[in-house]
This record gives sequence, structure tokens and C-alpha cells, in this order.
Amino acid sequence: MDWLFFIESSLAGLCTGAIYALVALGFVIIYKATKVINFAIGEIMMISAYFFLTFAGIFAWPLWLALPAAVVSGGLLGGLTEKTIIRPMLGESPISVIMVTIGLSNILVGTAQIIWGGGPQVLPGFLPRQPIFLGEIYVSSKIAFSALIAVAMLICYLLYFRFSRGGVALRATASDQAASFSMGISVPRVFNFAWIFGCMATALAGILFSASGGLSPHSGGMALAILVVVIFGGLDSILGALVGGLIIGWLETIVGAFWGGEYKMLAIFTLLTLILVIKPYGLFGTKEIERL
Amino acid sequence: MRIADAVSSYSDDEAIFRTRTQRVWMGILLACLLAFPFVVSPYLLFLGCLIGIAVISATGLNILVGLTGQISLGQGAFMGVGAYTSVWLANQFALSLAVTLPLAGLLTALVGVIVGLPSLRVKGLYLAIATMAASVILHFVFVHWESVTAGNLGLNLQHAKLFGMELDSDFKLYFVIIPLALIAVTGARNLLRTRIGRAFIAVRDRDISAEVLGVNLLRYKLLSFGLSSFYAGCAGALWAYFFKVITPESFPLEVSIFYLAAIIVGGMGTILGPILGAAFMTLVPEMLKVLTLLLEPIIANAQVHLAPMKGVVFGILIVGFLLFEPHGLAEIWRKIQRFFRLWPFKT
Amino acid sequence: MSDPILTLEGITLSFGGLRALNEVSFDMPEGGITTVIGPNGAGKTSLFNTISGFYRPQAGRVLFRGKDISRLHPPKRAKLGLARTFQNIALFRGMTVIDNIKLGAHSHLQTGLLSALVYFGRARREELELREKIESKIIDFLEIDHIRNLPVASLSYGLQKRVELARALAIGPEILLLDEPVAGMNREEKEDMARFILDLNQEWQMTILMVEHDMEMVMDISDKVVVLNFGEVIAQGKAAEVKENPEVLKAYLGSGDVADMRRRLGAENASGAG
Ligand SMILES: Nc1ncnc2c1ncn2[C@@H]1O[C@H](COP(=O)(O)OP(=O)(O)OP(=O)(O)O)[C@@H](O)[C@H]1O
Ligand SMILES: [Mg+2]
Repeated sequence: MDWLFFIESSLAGLCTGAIYALVALGFVIIYKATKVINFAIGEIMMISAYFFLTFAGIFAWPLWLALPAAVVSGGLLGGLTEKTIIRPMLGESPISVIMVTIGLSNILVGTAQIIWGGGPQVLPGFLPRQPIFLGEIYVSSKIAFSALIAVAMLICYLLYFRFSRGGVALRATASDQAASFSMGISVPRVFNFAWIFGCMATALAGILFSASGGLSPHSGGMALAILVVVIFGGLDSILGALVGGLIIGWLETIVGAFWGGEYKMLAIFTLLTLILVIKPYGLFGTKEIERL
Repeated sequence: MRIADAVSSYSDDEAIFRTRTQRVWMGILLACLLAFPFVVSPYLLFLGCLIGIAVISATGLNILVGLTGQISLGQGAFMGVGAYTSVWLANQFALSLAVTLPLAGLLTALVGVIVGLPSLRVKGLYLAIATMAASVILHFVFVHWESVTAGNLGLNLQHAKLFGMELDSDFKLYFVIIPLALIAVTGARNLLRTRIGRAFIAVRDRDISAEVLGVNLLRYKLLSFGLSSFYAGCAGALWAYFFKVITPESFPLEVSIFYLAAIIVGGMGTILGPILGAAFMTLVPEMLKVLTLLLEPIIANAQVHLAPMKGVVFGILIVGFLLFEPHGLAEIWRKIQRFFRLWPFKT
Repeated sequence: MSDPILTLEGITLSFGGLRALNEVSFDMPEGGITTVIGPNGAGKTSLFNTISGFYRPQAGRVLFRGKDISRLHPPKRAKLGLARTFQNIALFRGMTVIDNIKLGAHSHLQTGLLSALVYFGRARREELELREKIESKIIDFLEIDHIRNLPVASLSYGLQKRVELARALAIGPEILLLDEPVAGMNREEKEDMARFILDLNQEWQMTILMVEHDMEMVMDISDKVVVLNFGEVIAQGKAAEVKENPEVLKAYLGSGDVADMRRRLGAENASGAG
């Protein structure tokens, strides 16, 4: 076993995992508030990356403007989605809600192809390129800086979630909708807010991924791993999103590095199957109690 | 609206076709299906076969999702299992379709039951992801079990025979596919009238109450997974006989999504729904193709936008039906019927 | 009356720290109407769920005709003839009235998968026989002929409760468990339901275990009353005896303001119906 390579891969994996954790966090926020599982998450990442491409590449806005603008646009896309197609579906069967987000993902892919063309594109570089060495250990600086940005965003989110008014309303709604409603919290607004908030995290992650991995209308497929992350961690657990993101990111990278890319999916989905058998509601998810 | 009848008519009341008009319409429909391959172009015949296969698979998925309420994102992979099984058996042992088809169905049913095992512990979203995991794992098997599947190269069907006849044309296959589709639909319709169909719906509507009323959840969830996969396996086998070549990429996750979309657009939980949905969703891309050909002279690069437009239209159909007609085409059809007061089908 | 048909022995059921049932023991005479009463949250529904097998108690046994059925799965218990209705109506909304009722008979039918798919021979015969039986016995008796082909979702609350009873009858009950059969009904519907319950008991010789808040009805038709409070049996016996039991008056009838309690229960039931 090549320990140096293992450590390097592990670091790279944890960096990827940090970005996974960011997407998963966005996902969990949306799920906690609205009980909607968003299969279009990868496509929202992809579209947001195209927003960035447009702002930074085509409009040639400076980075400090283009990046936040793209993130906010991604959030607004989420808000719009919630208003137009998610809200009417609340209370419908899970299959309908899942399918409406799958429908959305098809629309987004097609739209991206029409607007930006079907071929792969490269985002304007905004991440440093020189490799970083920690002693002998090599880390790609693109990935490391992406991870740093993701972690910074994660910390902002967690603080916000904990201390701000909006965060409290969100948590209250997640734990008891009827009670929050009776306490004067506007539940529909919280729902909308959760989608905007969640999709902003998603958008940033999408841009970070595309910055190092390239972008095409089919990049949304990368979000398959996110589904595994959130199920693994527990759909309604923020801690689960963070831990799950890191573990899955790490596992995926290690498997890819040592056995080859085609084993990545197999590994994480096998892990997922095991988790479902052993702990059906993920590491930290709450079990749904059923009553007659 | 028919209400009570004398006791002697309970058997009429339980029949599928309650009136003479219904039977007449059914006869006309059958006659049309029979005449179809003799009068249409090869292209339409091709589409007819494709729709027949899609109807079988959609009807099967509807048993699981629409009737039993278990979400599955594995239908495409299950079709793959059926396709690989039938081709492998046919090539290896020179077996006839009459043998390979049921074996493909049975093996797929077995796989389906195994994939359905998590449904005993998890529901809804969790189950959707679990079935997706199964489909990823099956795809991996298709690619890597090279001694059987020939990996990414795929398999060619070398021995397509039925009762000594070579199944070498769409014309011949039509007369295999359509009767099987009719049998598949009739089977599902019959099932609905018996304790098994009722148990499925009970599991969908209120599983734990159903259990307390005497329905064994374990048995019926797995039965539903098995039966639905049996349909998928048969559809997959027919697909393989129809296209003659299969590769792992023939059965991506998109196929599963296509079938979910088909039963939603058609109308979940009805018998007519999956038929209409399968036909409609198969035809839409073709209609778009025709449309772009027509638009070619007007819009310069209409062709280029065909593929993306297909995706957008596909998505809009799903979202649109869910939002505006959640009971699907079957409900629209019922409204039309009510309008004309004709009753060719009871759904 | 003869041997008890159902015996509960020291049933204890907890949810986390909450003791929903504590050492509950009583038995039910065959052919009688036994009613469980108690304030909200006393554990009545939990008791029913334990008898049905949906809840597994931490301690205690359920005996049916002297046989321990504590380890039996719910569907098996249904097949034995433990038929029930639910406090919050649990009809299958995707089915018509007749199909809901037929579902009750599920565990007594034999049709297998293959014969169901072809609907020929046994499947067909069995369906028609079942239909005959349900029509002549249940639908006639409960006077629901006019709604048999309607989807259950379109029915009024009272009728839905009646269909639930019909479905329970289709199970072929040895014991009929009714969880608040008249809650949320108007006067007329209540009277109908009380009549059905009495008829079932007297003409069909059916053993009935019932949870009910409507004191008038409880006192009128019960042979035996069991009083639960905070998961414990605080009294049992004939209706008249229990009514006079000071413990019961203290616990159940509150500070003695019976009228107030009635009003409260009435309001609750009405809101439960909505
Ligand atoms: N599945 C469960 N998980 C946790 N607690 C439960 C569960 N089921 C019941 N309980 C609790 O057990 C207690 C008894 O509930 P139960 O429903 O049996 O009362 P009840 O006597 O039927 O009341 P009511 O008259 O309101 O119907 C309640 O405190 C209830 O919250
Ligand atoms: Mg109760």
C-alpha cells in the first residue's frame, strides 16, 4: 500500500466531501422545511454554474460580483421553483413530488442545451493553480480552495441557522408546522425561504465543482452521489449531511484512486444499501413513527 | 350511473365489459389491432411494436407504483435483466422465445423480490433511493459480468425463433408483442378484481390498517415487486428480440424515469392509464421529430434543437400533468366518454 | 355466560418513558358487549392495538379462547376473527364501498396469483360467492345498498363509519372491536349505529368489545364496563355498579360536573370528525 498516495487521496476526498456536505446541507434544509426530496438538485448546480459562466465569462464581470450574483441567481431559481411547481404539490404522494422534481430536471437540462449549447465548457479560472505541498503531501490547490470556500459557506449557514430570526423560523417550521403557524410564522414564506436558502448552497457547490471538473448540460449527474449522502446521513439531519458528505466524498475518491472510476458508483451505492438494511433512516435521521 | 341490480346480476356487475356496446367496441379495437400491420407503413409498424413493449412494462410498473404505492426507480434495470437473460439463453442453448421469455420474466421477478426487500423497512423517498441503488448495482453487473454480458460491447441476439419460425421482421414480432401486451393488460385487469388487487390497493392506501385487517404486508409488497418485475423482464426480453442488440447503455436510469412518467401522464392506478401513457410518451418524441422536419425550412437549425426540445417537452409533460391533471390521460378519456355517453371500457 | 372468549393478563405497554398501559387484566364473556371507557389518553386505543397485534406489549399475554396469541402477527389475528374498526376512519380511499368490504374477507379467500391473473375457475367462483354473501348478509343488514358502488371518499362521515363496520363484519368476527363507533355522529346516526350493534349482539350472537365516550349509550347497551385511567384498570363490572364506583366518579367524571364533561367530550368528538 502506498501510504503517501492514500493520504493524498484521502485529503482530496475530504475536500470533495466538504463540497458534498454543502450540497447536502442545502438539500436537508429544503427537506426539513418542506418534506420535498429534490431530484433536480444536480441540475440546479449545473444551471448555477452556467450562470457563473455567463456573468464571469460572457459579461466579463469581476469575480467578486459574478460569484455572488450566480449564487443568488441559483437561489432565486430555487425560490421560483418552489412557488410555481412545488407549492401546489404539497401534501401529494411522495411519488408525485419526486416526479415533479425529476420533470424539472429534464426541463433544466434541455433549457441549458438550448441556451448554452450541448458541448462541454470551461469556467473562467478563479481558483489558484499552483500545487500545494504539505511536507511531502501534494494537494491540488483548486480542490483545496474549493473546499475552503465550501467550509466557509457551511460555517456561515450553521451560524445563521442557529442565531438569526430566519433560521429560528426555519427550525421551528421543521419541527412543528402547525405550532409555528399558530405562533405567527408564515409557513409559506418559510418554505420559499428554505428553497432559496437551500438552492444558494447548492449553487455555490455547483460552481465549485464545475470550476475543477468542467461543465456541460449533463453535469447534473454528479448529484447522484448527493442522494446517497443525504440518505446515508439521514434525510432530516444537518449533522448527517456534514458527516455523510465527508464520508461519501472520501470513500468515492479512495475507491476511484485505487480501483478506478467505474467502481465509485458501485461503492457508494453498496454502502447505501448496507445502511438501509442496518439503519433504515440513515446515521442520524429520525425514524418516522406510524400510528393507526 | 348504474346502481343496484337484482341479485342475479352480481356476476354481470363483476364483469369487465358490462354492456353490449362495450363488447362491440372491444371487438372493433381488436379488429383494428389485427389489421394494423397490414395497412401501415414500416415506420408505423415499428412504432406499434415499440408501444406494445412499453405497454407491458408500464402496466407492470403500475402494479407496483400505481396500485401498491411502492416507488421504484428500478424498472429500466429490471428490463435489462430480462433482456440479458433472454438473449443469453437464446444464444447459449438455441432456445425458443416461448422458453426464454418466461424464464426472463421469472428471473427478473426474483431480482425484483430481492430489490423489494427494503420496502419492508423503508417507504417513500427512502425506497425510491434504495431501488435506485439496485439499478446502479445492476448496471455495474451488466458492464462487468463479461462472461455473460460481454461488457460494454453488448450482446447480439443470434437465435430469435418461436415455434420454429425466425422472428426476423417487425411484422412477425408485432404478432408476438401485441397479443402478449393484451394478455399482460388483461392479467392486470383481472388481478384488480380479486383479493390480490384489493390487497395491493389497501397496502397503498393504508398499509398498517390493511395489516390489522388481515393483509400480510410482507407477502403483498414482495408479490407486487415480483409481479411488476416479471412484466418488466418480459418487456425487456421482447425489447431485446425487437432490437437484436443490447448493451448496458440500453437500460439507463432514464428508462425507469420514462416509465414512471408514462404511468403518471397516463394515470396511475388505473388499467387504461399505463396503456395511454406508454403510447403517448413513445409517440411524443416522434411527433417532435416530424415537427422539426416541418419547421426546417422556416427555422434554420431546427434539427439542432430537437434533442433538447425532447427533454424540455418530456419534463413539461410530467410537471404539467402532475399539476393540472394528476389523474392523467385516463381521466381525460373518461371525461370524453362521459361527454359522449359511450362506454367502450370500464377502467 | 360461559368461558371468557378473550383474556388479557397483565398487559404493560410503554412508549419510551410513557406507560400507556400498566398491568391491564380483564376478560370478556362470550356473547356479551364489553365496553372500555376512560378519559382521553387513558390508553383505550392502545389496548385495542395491542389486541390486534399492532403494538407489542413489554409484558403480559393475550389469550383467545384460552390460547396464547401474544406472538401472533396482526394478519393472523384477523384471520382468527379479531375484527375491528378504527377511531380515525381508516377506509381505503382508492376503492369503492363494496371493495372495501370485500377486503375485510381477505384472509378467508384462497385465490392465488395465477388464478387471479386469468380470473377463471376458483378466482371467479370465489369472487361471486363473496359478493353474494356480502350482499345478502352485510349490505342488506347495514342498509348501504344505495352506496355500494361509490368511492368511499365521497361518503358522509356517518356512512363511512358504517362502511367500516361492514368491512369488519366481512372479516367474520369472533370478536368485534369497535373503537368509538358513534363518535362525531349526529343523533340519528348514533341511534342507527346503536341499533346495529345491539342487533349484532343479540341476533348474530356476536361478542363485542367497544370503546365509547357516549355515556348514555355505554350504560344502555353494555353487559360489562371496564374503566381505564392512565393506563390502569380502576374498575370493572356491570354498568350500573361501575357507575356508582366512587373511584370512577373521582377519576373519570372529574370533579363531579358530569354535564361539563359531556360537553367537553362532545366538542372533542365534533372536532375529531372534521
Ligand atoms: N405510537 C405511539 N407512540 C407514542 N405514544 C403513543 C403511541 N400511541 C399512543 N401513545 C400515547 O399513549 C397514550 C394513550 O393513547 P391512546 O390513543 O391509547 O388513548 P385513548 O384512550 O384511545 O384516548 P382517546 O380517548 O383520545 O382516543 C397517549 O398518551 C398517547 O399519546
Ligand atoms: Mg382512542
